[in-house]
Amino acid sequence: MTDKVRVAVVGLGKMGISHFGMVNAHPDAETLACDGSGFMVDALTKNIATPIYKDYDTLLEKEPLDAVIIATPSRLHAPMVKAALDRDIHVFCEKPFCLDWGDSAALTDLAAEKGRVAQVGYHYRYVGAFQEMKRILDSGALGKVTHVLAEAYGPVVLRPKRATWRTQKEEGGGCLYDYAAHPLNLLNWYFGAPDQVMGSVLGQVFSEGTDDQVFSTLQWTDGPTAQLSVNWSDESHRKMSTKIAMIGTNGRLYADRQECQLFLRDPHDGLPGYEPGWTVKYTTELTDEVWFYLRGEEYSAQIADFVEAVRDGKSGAVENSFASATETDRTLAMIIENAETGQTVGEARAMQAPKKRGWFGRG
Amino acid sequence: MDRLLFGDNQFFGINHMSEEKARAQAMRFQKTDAIMDVLDIAYDEGIRTFMCTTHDRIAAIADRVRANPARYPDFQFYPCMPYAHKYANAMTEYGMVGALKHFMPDDGLFATALAGGKALATKEVDGIAKVLIDMEMKMFAGTKTPVIFVQNIFTDLLLGMGFTRALRIFYDHIVEKYDAEPAFITMNMPMLLDALEKEGIERPIICSNINKIGFRMAGGFDAYLDALKSGRVRAIAMSVYASGAIPADEAIHWVSELPGVESIVFGASSAGNIRGTKALVDKYMKEAA
Repeated sequence: MTDKVRVAVVGLGKMGISHFGMVNAHPDAETLACDGSGFMVDALTKNIATPIYKDYDTLLEKEPLDAVIIATPSRLHAPMVKAALDRDIHVFCEKPFCLDWGDSAALTDLAAEKGRVAQVGYHYRYVGAFQEMKRILDSGALGKVTHVLAEAYGPVVLRPKRATWRTQKEEGGGCLYDYAAHPLNLLNWYFGAPDQVMGSVLGQVFSEGTDDQVFSTLQWTDGPTAQLSVNWSDESHRKMSTKIAMIGTNGRLYADRQECQLFLRDPHDGLPGYEPGWTVKYTTELTDEVWFYLRGEEYSAQIADFVEAVRDGKSGAVENSFASATETDRTLAMIIENAETGQTVGEARAMQAPKKRGWFGRG
Repeated sequence: MDRLLFGDNQFFGINHMSEEKARAQAMRFQKTDAIMDVLDIAYDEGIRTFMCTTHDRIAAIADRVRANPARYPDFQFYPCMPYAHKYANAMTEYGMVGALKHFMPDDGLFATALAGGKALATKEVDGIAKVLIDMEMKMFAGTKTPVIFVQNIFTDLLLGMGFTRALRIFYDHIVEKYDAEPAFITMNMPMLLDALEKEGIERPIICSNINKIGFRMAGGFDAYLDALKSGRVRAIAMSVYASGAIPADEAIHWVSELPGVESIVFGASSAGNIRGTKALVDKYMKEAA
């Protein structure tokens, strides 16, 4: 093992402050922080030992860093990530990655060229039940999946209110970027990028500047059709709750943060231990221990993967690479275009001779 | 502290196994009467301590207890603050400074300081913390609150950031103003114990997951056992059943033989489960404490 990884957490909002707590507690990390807000910086500077910068460029200039964790509003991600990569610094960036997926693709190339660990904070891929769903799908036990329902609900915008960056589309706010990005990222993980997007609605409930609810239909030519239903103005849920259900030719599969339920018609060699009928596995058996717990194992686990990949000299992310996040940014862009134009985005691929097409598949 | 404490997760749609069960419980307990019925069963079984968040709905429970001293002469609350979702949601809505302002008394000195975006001196952080604690404690005025907790999400965030001085501010304020025992809930008990000792807090009351399968015992099962055996902590065990993964008898028996565990906190919605847990604790923990 080399010396401690020097990591700066940039942006100390709700997400950044938890990343800061988790990285700072990691035994192999030496932590710095950076935030523009006078209040946060002043209160922390007087009370903790960590050096805290107010300006990102000064931080990069003065400190020899191994890695940065970017948790600023989404609009700022692209230039900040680029500045770090230009200095050969490994990057963990909060989701959604970039508001323009062209930026995401360019940064994916840059990170690959530099051989840096480049990861995005889609923590649901670290939730045990969604990992089990991935394992079951990859085993082929579910047969051909034909029907998928991906949902996320929670209480974020419950009345008309004053604007923050989260309520402004151009800043990367809104239910699509904030909530829907998670189930979409899981769908990308399970099935890749959709070929066609149709029937998208970005609806407003209370917000003026952005969307509070999202509907969309996503199709994979040689895969399933998925229905996306997301709403962040739902007070019946105590906190964000994401769930995915799917029906295949050999059964039905459901997962949320707490459990993974599989109904299997016939047993399958690729999935030992699962009998015909229902099998339910809970968090208690699907979750690995973490070194430090804050908000959920999945948050610690993703930070551990990042810090340890940097520590061990890896040249890419273990999970949630920039490339996979780019795929999600592109899917988000397809939904926006579909909602704005009302025209189906993308084309069904030819089944017999699949060949690579442009991302939006037109022309 | 009593050996058996009654928790409140089941009343507020929190279930670590199943979102369906959580929703069913949220439906069942949306009326205060339904919560009170279960608390009455527990109280009549001799479980006198209700360890609860500072959720708005707890205020209605405190009203009932205050209004009927003849029915509840020994009823005591162990408040756990802050009710984290209230602050987390406010932070999303108003931002960090806006959220603080939102919970400050309107006319306060601190609201003025925050409104001006003025830099916060150490003493101002202390003052803000004390005002927030007092706001959270308002609903319990006139009831017995001998032990008062910081919730795990808050304890662990401060612990991770290295801002453990805030835990010391809490500790001192609880002792001085409420004449109560300060306590801490955490998911990282061994690390917290070390940090509290560095703040000069000896033999702290710490509530954390302690169960036979090591579920959510961050820092490692062995580190937990070492801390318990060292006699440096007064432990309250939560999640002893690991959300139902361990059979009740086996779970309580195992915990009862651990040194350093003074109490168990559990949540239940049915008379059968309440009586069952009480019977097991009476059976295994009689001589332990």
